[in-house]
Amino acid sequence: MAEQSFSYEAKGRALIIHLPKELDHHNCKNLKHETDLLLSENYITKLVFDFSKTSFMDSSGIGILLNRYKQMERSSGTVAIYGADSRILRILAIGGVTKLVEHFESKEAAVAE
Amino acid sequence: MEQRAEMLTKDQREEGRDRDSFSMEIESKSQNEEFARVVVAVFMSRMNPTLEEVEDVKTAVSEAVTNAVIHGYQENGGIIFLKAQIEDRELTVSVADHGIGIADVTKAMEPMYTTDTTGERSGMGFSFMEAFMDQVSVQSKEGEGTVVTMKKQIGR
Repeated sequence: MAEQSFSYEAKGRALIIHLPKELDHHNCKNLKHETDLLLSENYITKLVFDFSKTSFMDSSGIGILLNRYKQMERSSGTVAIYGADSRILRILAIGGVTKLVEHFESKEAAVAE
Repeated sequence: MEQRAEMLTKDQREEGRDRDSFSMEIESKSQNEEFARVVVAVFMSRMNPTLEEVEDVKTAVSEAVTNAVIHGYQENGGIIFLKAQIEDRELTVSVADHGIGIADVTKAMEPMYTTDTTGERSGMGFSFMEAFMDQVSVQSKEGEGTVVTMKKQIGR
């Protein structure tokens, strides 16, 4: 029951969000509030989600990703993801996220693109 | 020890089927979403499932319990009834709540349908259950609650 589930890292105009091991409704609760705050206080044109530690995700994860995608689209920003394993990629595909958001092998590639 | 093993085999032969089940009540709290899916994963491990089958079931259980927490009980708490049964190679999981119920089950099961207004919910809960289980049935009555029953053949 990790209370602090996300950690954030700024790289230029990109905000990297390191996702928790289990991405479900419980662990997604604080994400909206925290990212809204970070996006309002910093000039961010790209959101990068790090899945490298994530081994479980359900449709709650899809919900937060799609909402962040819409949010960035409104401000002409972009969203990228990296480090997802085959299981997570399957969930992302079923949820329609892979059609909208590009997946990269490494953080460097995701941030640079 | 040897005698006991023989007795079990005999019991199973007499019953003609390999059956097992559990039932439990958990508080409708978001941290129990993980607890519920892990309990079912451990229970089904006796069926020697593949890792993918375990992950599929965990995702489906997580969706059903999340629905009970968010929709059924409106995040105000209550009791969620979790049951699982193994019969031969078939796993049945049911998640029930005594919450507000669903007025229109067909509509609720449509992909992307959600009553959420924050934008954070994908509305894909039932779609995920259907994607990862062989069979999903929903019984619900407004003001009385909802029962979601899901079945999956393991080791096909």
